[in-house]
Amino acid sequence: MTTRTTTSSYLTKAHQLREDFPILGRQVHGKPLVYLDNAATTQKPASVIGAIGRYYESANANVHRGVHALSQEATELYEGARAKLRDFIGAASEQEIIFVRGATEALNLIAFAYGRSVLKPGREVLITAMEHHSNIVPWQMVCQQTGATLRVAPIDDRGQLIWPEFQKLITDKTAIVAATHVSNALGTINPVAEMAALAHRHGAVMIVDGAQAVSHMPVNVAEIGCDFYAFSGHKMFGPMGVGVLYGRKALLETMPPWQGGGDMIRSVTFEKTTYNDLPYKFEAGTPDVAGAVGLGAAVDYLRAADMTWIEQYEHELLAYGESLLSKVPGLKLIGQTERRAAVLSFVFDDIHPHDAGTVLDTLGVAVRTGHHCAQPVMDRFDVPATIRASLAFYNTPSDLDALASGLGQVIKMFRG
Amino acid sequence: MDLSELYQDLILDHGKRPRNVGELPGHNREAEGFNPLCGDKLTLYLRVDDGKVKDAKFVGKGCAICTASASMMTEELAGHSEAEARELFTRFHDLMTGKITDEQMPESMDRLSALGGVRRFPMRVKCATLPWHTLIAALDHEHQTVKTE
Repeated sequence: MTTRTTTSSYLTKAHQLREDFPILGRQVHGKPLVYLDNAATTQKPASVIGAIGRYYESANANVHRGVHALSQEATELYEGARAKLRDFIGAASEQEIIFVRGATEALNLIAFAYGRSVLKPGREVLITAMEHHSNIVPWQMVCQQTGATLRVAPIDDRGQLIWPEFQKLITDKTAIVAATHVSNALGTINPVAEMAALAHRHGAVMIVDGAQAVSHMPVNVAEIGCDFYAFSGHKMFGPMGVGVLYGRKALLETMPPWQGGGDMIRSVTFEKTTYNDLPYKFEAGTPDVAGAVGLGAAVDYLRAADMTWIEQYEHELLAYGESLLSKVPGLKLIGQTERRAAVLSFVFDDIHPHDAGTVLDTLGVAVRTGHHCAQPVMDRFDVPATIRASLAFYNTPSDLDALASGLGQVIKMFRG
Repeated sequence: MDLSELYQDLILDHGKRPRNVGELPGHNREAEGFNPLCGDKLTLYLRVDDGKVKDAKFVGKGCAICTASASMMTEELAGHSEAEARELFTRFHDLMTGKITDEQMPESMDRLSALGGVRRFPMRVKCATLPWHTLIAALDHEHQTVKTE
């Protein structure tokens, strides 16, 4: 922590907000839970859990259908959530906010509805070497189908995009640039606004996977200048099973629907179907209304907590964590860029991540061990897996103390 | 959760100082095992003559449980017939999946029973069984990678 005064006022707020998360009060294996797996999923505040419960208790009905009162209330709640999300990421219109199952589905939607219609032999998709599998595999699938080529911009030993290489790889052949805003395995923050500007100069569209960004920093799609932005609700204190695809309206309008069914049509006969307007064209079938309502509640919560405060507090927390881990003998941090979000990914030369993870678990400390759905990142750093402690604003320095002391026990058990 | 049930001294010892590590000269069976979830990877070499496992060695990179299991398995195998080796696999698998308890393990497999505590850590069972699945692949003469995940 940088200064004493900042620390104490920041900490007071973190401790207060922590109280809003019922699960953080539980014990695991008889020890207080120390939850450091926020990049996998975040915990939910009581307000989100309550909003979902209230929806089912008092307003549940199908949306955009019936004339009865409940259907109207459910529709208002659902569309109200859409408006909150539009505002949260600075989109121009609610028509640009499409509810999906999560970031993975959002990326697949773009790959199949947009990618498939613009890619062909001679055209290229450019991704980075730090992508999650969900921003690799859909592109491999679509490139295979269309004969387009997938290119990968390399990263350096600190886990940072090598800008001159990236510049070289964007050419007039590039149709799509798809990059993560924040790396889930390393925490690296990519310069997505600069990437978008460069992509546009070459006539390519810019897709940003924001799954790991929206919970850590203010995000504004207009400032980034991207064409698509994808994120999951459950990684930003909302429920599992709902997420958002932001798409620029002009692009969404040119795209064919992805899935067919109810709600996405205007009229259907056996001869011809006309499609509904945005965003409904991309929301076939009954949506996860409760999920959207819960995600809207998460947005309310984050606005009240203040994303700028969250960004600053987590930055200090990360620095504290780094200073603790740098004192652990034989520990090597993977990913050491200056611009990083709240991820501490590390390995030991002589202790396997799974052994460390099991010992930490018995102490109540929840971390992720494994490849983090980013096997190419593991290959890049020549490790089979890492131990990853990922932070949220409800974590405190004492959570990191518990991690460090747990690692002391790991070393005691497996060394010597 | 009692960690000492999982990481017994015998297991920690084999995890830190695995026996029978290296490529086996004159091997006539070989198989690779891989768990993509945690990155555990090992190659098992066997020399099988007249239906008997004469010798077994392995190389690989894995967690303490996987390494110890491979080390203890290769120690156990030497001298057993192929049929007996398959029987060992079945017994060990039964132990890991909770079909039998360590008390029900044959006395001859006493040392392997030390791994019995693993079954109380379901996320780690695959670590212990990977070398044994690789053994079956080697006995079947498969030159391919077996995966547990």
